[in-house]
Amino acid sequence: MTSLRVGTLDQPAEAGRSRPDEPLLEVTGLCVDYGIGPDAVHAVLDADLVLHRGEVLGLAGESGSGKSTFAYAATRLLRAPGVITGGSVRFHLGQGDDIDLLAADEAQLRRLRWAHIAVVMQSAMNALNPVMSIGDQLGDVLQAHRPDMDRAARRDRAVQLLDMVGITADRLRSYPHELSGGMRQRVMIAMALALEPQMVIMDEPTTALDVVTQREILEELTALRDRLGFAVLFITHDLSLLIEIADSIAIMYGGRIAERARATALFRAPRHPYTLGLLGSFPSLHGPRVHMTGIAGSPPDLRNPPTGCPFHPRCGYVMERCRTELPPLRPVARADAADPRVAACWLQDGSAPPPAELARPAPDPGPYPGPGVSGTPADTEGGAA
Amino acid sequence: MILLARRIGFYILTALVAITLDFFIPRLMPGNAVAAALANLHSQFTPATIKALELQYGVGTNQSLWSQYLHYWDNLLHGNWGISTSHYPATVTSVISSGLPWTLALVGVATVISFTLGTLLGILVAWRRGTALDSLLPAMTFFQAAPYFFIAIVLVAVFATKLGWFPAISAYDQTLVTPGWNWAYISNVLDHAFLPALTIVLASAAGWIVGMRNVMVTTMDEDYVLVAQAKGLPKRRVVNYAARNAILPSVTGFSLAIGFVVSGALLTEIVFSYPGIGYILQQAVLERDYPLLQGVFLIITFTVLTANLIADFAYVLLDPRTRQEA
Amino acid sequence: MAIGIGVGAAETPPVTAGTPVRGSRARRMRIPRSPKVLIGLGMLVFFVLLAVIGPLVAPYDPSASLSSTNGVPQPPSAAHWLGTTQTQQDLLSQLLVGGRSTMLVAILAGVVATALSVIVGVTSGYVGGLVDDLLSMLTNIGLVLPALPLLIVMTGFLPKDGNPSDLLIGLIIAVTGWAWGARVLRVQTLSLRNRDFVKSARIIGERRWRIIGFEIMPGLVPIIASSFLFTVIYGVGTYTALAFLGLINGTHWSWGTILFWAQSQTAAQNGYWWWWVPPGLAVALLGTSLALLNFGIDEFVNPRLRAAGLSRGQARKAGLPRRFPLGVTPVTRPRAPVSPMASIRPATEKARS
Repeated sequence: MTSLRVGTLDQPAEAGRSRPDEPLLEVTGLCVDYGIGPDAVHAVLDADLVLHRGEVLGLAGESGSGKSTFAYAATRLLRAPGVITGGSVRFHLGQGDDIDLLAADEAQLRRLRWAHIAVVMQSAMNALNPVMSIGDQLGDVLQAHRPDMDRAARRDRAVQLLDMVGITADRLRSYPHELSGGMRQRVMIAMALALEPQMVIMDEPTTALDVVTQREILEELTALRDRLGFAVLFITHDLSLLIEIADSIAIMYGGRIAERARATALFRAPRHPYTLGLLGSFPSLHGPRVHMTGIAGSPPDLRNPPTGCPFHPRCGYVMERCRTELPPLRPVARADAADPRVAACWLQDGSAPPPAELARPAPDPGPYPGPGVSGTPADTEGGAA
Repeated sequence: MILLARRIGFYILTALVAITLDFFIPRLMPGNAVAAALANLHSQFTPATIKALELQYGVGTNQSLWSQYLHYWDNLLHGNWGISTSHYPATVTSVISSGLPWTLALVGVATVISFTLGTLLGILVAWRRGTALDSLLPAMTFFQAAPYFFIAIVLVAVFATKLGWFPAISAYDQTLVTPGWNWAYISNVLDHAFLPALTIVLASAAGWIVGMRNVMVTTMDEDYVLVAQAKGLPKRRVVNYAARNAILPSVTGFSLAIGFVVSGALLTEIVFSYPGIGYILQQAVLERDYPLLQGVFLIITFTVLTANLIADFAYVLLDPRTRQEA
Repeated sequence: MAIGIGVGAAETPPVTAGTPVRGSRARRMRIPRSPKVLIGLGMLVFFVLLAVIGPLVAPYDPSASLSSTNGVPQPPSAAHWLGTTQTQQDLLSQLLVGGRSTMLVAILAGVVATALSVIVGVTSGYVGGLVDDLLSMLTNIGLVLPALPLLIVMTGFLPKDGNPSDLLIGLIIAVTGWAWGARVLRVQTLSLRNRDFVKSARIIGERRWRIIGFEIMPGLVPIIASSFLFTVIYGVGTYTALAFLGLINGTHWSWGTILFWAQSQTAAQNGYWWWWVPPGLAVALLGTSLALLNFGIDEFVNPRLRAAGLSRGQARKAGLPRRFPLGVTPVTRPRAPVSPMASIRPATEKARS
């Protein structure tokens, strides 16, 4: 780990190019607790994840699975009483320079934030300061990170940012409560992109919106990604959204990563029973009608997690081994470098052939980034059997 | 703006209620205090004055209650608030106007200082949670609970009597200086006002500190403060994000507390024999000077209502959400 | 003054599919561990005891002039532990006897005012409509009208030589002190009324008073308790102020009365500290004890106000800074891996550092 050089941090990010084999954010073995001591709740356990340059990585799971905790902890933004108890988070700035976010101090983090990693939160009404105008909120981040810009330049940039998301310049003087929900969310996105960061964490950005606005926002997002080429960590509980936009998807359950794969591979050929259950939980618009299954039971109580695999109480394929031994997150049998997929399931350890639903042939990976980049891909069917 | 208009209407209504209460209380309280007082009046009083007083309190007249009420209103609006029995023959209005400026100056300045100081300290204590500053809070409860006049007495005993640093009574030393815009007078006034003002500040600041701290702690949990941190803004700016929002409930709290601050300030004046409304009030009580007592009540109420209105103005200025038209 | 009773939801350790909070579920009685609360409770118990046994153990009659006087108050001595007034009345007796009246009036005012505020606030919040508008208007007026001046006028018109009973004084004070509690309770009732468990009770057709009594009231208990404590503080302060002003008969002993007589002899300026320090301190400490208890209730209701979950010892052991700086999640010394089988990373990822 090299120490931080001021020069590298302060150079603006390079936009436009996505490099699928270049890791941008590498999380290894991240452990996050709430509280300290014997009563601490283990919210995230041994989570590994890699976000590559320009990639859209979806992080999906039920409420309480730890996905938001994971993302905020990785950027040291997790609120008290959250504590990071293990692991490392390596952020690659570019030109061979990287920094361990867990070891960085406040000053380093402050320079890194927003210029390289930005955040879009779930509820724009709560995430925008109600007593400051939109223009001020867009401008103060420019003021903090680009001291060479004068007021006129900042204003121009703010106008440019609003224009980028389709909002007129007269809104600079408006306050958040004067905008509609969709507009506020677009302002959030514009604000996140103010410094052209290398990655944006999106925490359920469309959950609070109606379906029509949801679609608009997603299209907006896709267009912006095409233009600026930033990576996205897209957190959601709605797997169907990820069909549209994700290149890769990671599924979290009970604070652990259950499965991770390219998007099409995950949808067409899931390897973890939980993923299978999730895919069977929403209907597709096309294709034959199928009997919906859903997943029986409820998410685990993290204060009292089950032994062995956290999913075993609800798993339709549970074996004796699952109750006592925790399955590690490891490459699936017959995985290869072109399609690095991992799953935490004893069914996939190669000792016995998994059930047919969990062993469908993986689709040809195709050119990367995957189909989620622009437009509607042809192969967006859900997990219909 | 509609909000402000509604508030003004409400304050006018409250003033009406206060005036009506002022009219009815003498007639409602058990016992016959007014008649007894009138019977004991100084022989110096002219018969006309006595008659006017009887009329004012409805003693020995056959006027109906309603016409007495109207008469009362008539007098009030014409600035005829009665004759003070303890300061005879001065009118109530003249007695009040001799003391009102002193009170307004003292209380106004002290409250502004106290609120500003308290708010800033509250922000500091909230921001530096978990440090030694947190231990200030129990000390604050002591100051919040101690009566104003107790703090006043403590200050007098320590700083005036024992140490002799500041004078213990009055607004200025009449033997030394004469009123006017000269430095000797002004500095003498400030000297005399210091301990009373300090009393008010000490007694009321604790409330602002604790209140602001609590609101800040809750505000700092809001998403937009986290966004401010995520934006990598300098610490001062992040505090600003929270404070600009936390100040709003604080201003509301200020409105609610004004009545208490004014009451406490009056008691403070008494300890210091400071020639303001409080002092006049005490004399009125001791002498059972009813017209003066009622007049002082009205003035205090109007002052509090005005202060509330000013606070409402400030709130509208600070919170853009209130400026939304429909 | 402006202590916020914020009832925001506690910050979330991950929410699991737990049972929704029901107001009528019995709350576990938590033994307060905060030192603030324990000190406050201790002091309050002391004062209550004082009020009960005070007049019984007072060595002298508080109004009696005990020795021939030289008209000068005597400092504390063996015969008079707290000294005497200028007419040689024993100050300790005055303090002990006065404690009962002070406490009685304050508690009475607290009970009556809280009852009034519950009636007005809960009705206003639950019934809504015109009743709510009227009661809110009434409450707002009650909030804005300055209490002490009004009380001064009211007590001023009582007969000068009369001796109003504690009951009467308590009632009069209560009439001016209910407004704040009513306002807070109205807001709380409104928010509880819209919670699902109340809505379902209404749909089922439970009678109104049963809903108020069994579904809503339990959720209001912390606020009612806090409001009661506040009002008692208010009652103590106001009663003392009224007595200090001379509105209560000078032989009706309370702590404020002692201060009245002290002020009449300008005890502060004359250095008779033993006259005014004990009663003033007693009032301040009584108020402080109630305020500390209030702190405890506040922190119970709004968990965010508690220290962020770590005691000093715990934090030091974990190698963490004592305070959690906002925006920088702390990192402890990494602990051993949770699972006995270390995860095997795919080739493209770096080894764990």
